[in-house]
Amino acid sequence: MIKKINFTVNGKKRELEINAGETLLEIIRKRLHLTGTKEGCGVGECGACTVLIDGTAINSCLYLGVWADGREIVTVEGLAKDGELSKVQKAFISEGAVQCGFCTPGFVITASALQSRGHSLTDIEVKEELAGHFCRCTGYQNIIKAVKKSLENETAGTGGDHT
Amino acid sequence: MYLIDDYIEADSVDEAVNLLADNPERLIIAGGTDLLIKMRDGILENVQMVGIRRIEPLRKIEKDEQNVISIGAMATFNDLVRSELVQNNIPIMAEAAMTVGGPQIREMATVGGNLCNGMPSADSAPALLVLNARLKLLSKSGVRLAPLQEFYLRPGKVDLRPGELLTEILISKEDYLNFGGCYIKFAPRKAMDLAILGVAVTCRIRVTGIFDLVRIALGVAGPTPLRCEIAENFPPGKPVNDSIIAEIGRLAVKSSRARDSQRASKEFREHLVVELTQRALKSACNRAGGISYD
Repeated sequence: MIKKINFTVNGKKRELEINAGETLLEIIRKRLHLTGTKEGCGVGECGACTVLIDGTAINSCLYLGVWADGREIVTVEGLAKDGELSKVQKAFISEGAVQCGFCTPGFVITASALQSRGHSLTDIEVKEELAGHFCRCTGYQNIIKAVKKSLENETAGTGGDHT
Repeated sequence: MYLIDDYIEADSVDEAVNLLADNPERLIIAGGTDLLIKMRDGILENVQMVGIRRIEPLRKIEKDEQNVISIGAMATFNDLVRSELVQNNIPIMAEAAMTVGGPQIREMATVGGNLCNGMPSADSAPALLVLNARLKLLSKSGVRLAPLQEFYLRPGKVDLRPGELLTEILISKEDYLNFGGCYIKFAPRKAMDLAILGVAVTCRIRVTGIFDLVRIALGVAGPTPLRCEIAENFPPGKPVNDSIIAEIGRLAVKSSRARDSQRASKEFREHLVVELTQRALKSACNRAGGISYD
């Protein structure tokens, strides 16, 4: 069954004819060729497929493409602006929060959603907010550091030093 | 790619109910976090679906003039966690909702889906059982109100009749006002895990430090979430102290129908029932006021 959807991906309006059974993840990767978003477990446990839907971090593997109609999607490719990496991306680099890199786009997306809320979090709160992501290299310490750095006040002079 | 033969997005409750009346085989998809996984595993395929995600009224959490709290079936777990109405009146629901999956799952998964999926491990079920929740089930022939306790038939099977849509979960003021409550989920991991046991307790205490009422419900202690009537009948009129609370914990096992599973043995689950019922009851007593337990 073919369905037509209109939605925005990384600021660009798209109109697609999709199969009713296609996931948003499949649409992003196979139709739009935005392969930054990864499929890990495919059942909503690992968080590698996380994207922003109207600003909220959602697992795109458990999200039907038809639900994306009218929504605004941001993938990891949409975070940099005018060739400059986002504060979250810079923090992940400066804190060495990337090992094999497979889980990184998901973590960066959730961290971006947290950053857009505009307030800092305690260590425990950061861990709770990241609980939907697995890093099988187990590099959590630096990821947590990077997320905390992303949430630091802009005026505190963070980010960018090592990038 | 899921094998979905037909998908219709309902814009209103009436449209959804009409679609179900025309074809009772049609599956309702809410948050999809259970249903899509079943489809991926091949348990379900070539299905016809009706989506209810765009029906905004189904997501409301509100209180009427009789102080009956209504939770829309499409309220997500994060809606429950964030709702001031829930935090102020039925905080046990926010506490239970917070134990579900992780943030992304809580954003999508709905309380209605959690109940209709019928799993013994549903975290919302024990909390709603102690709140004596009633379900509003709408079909073309009208509204049916069913107590949650009677809704569960067996694992994975609830009394959702052909053509019915769960629209609201209702909680009366007599079931939450002046109660203290607590939900404890026991699982190997702090997040992204299913309960090995879930315990929900609410209680009301007389000013004199005497139990007025205690309600206990267990998840994963039997084929369906269940209430512990034998343990509940014991405390009214008895003093709030360690030995009475210990006895309530021991009595809770009498209603448990735990079995051995890959995830835990019957003995371990029963041990958890005794221990966690006491812990949850102590917290509930603290929250009901007047008593201070560490």
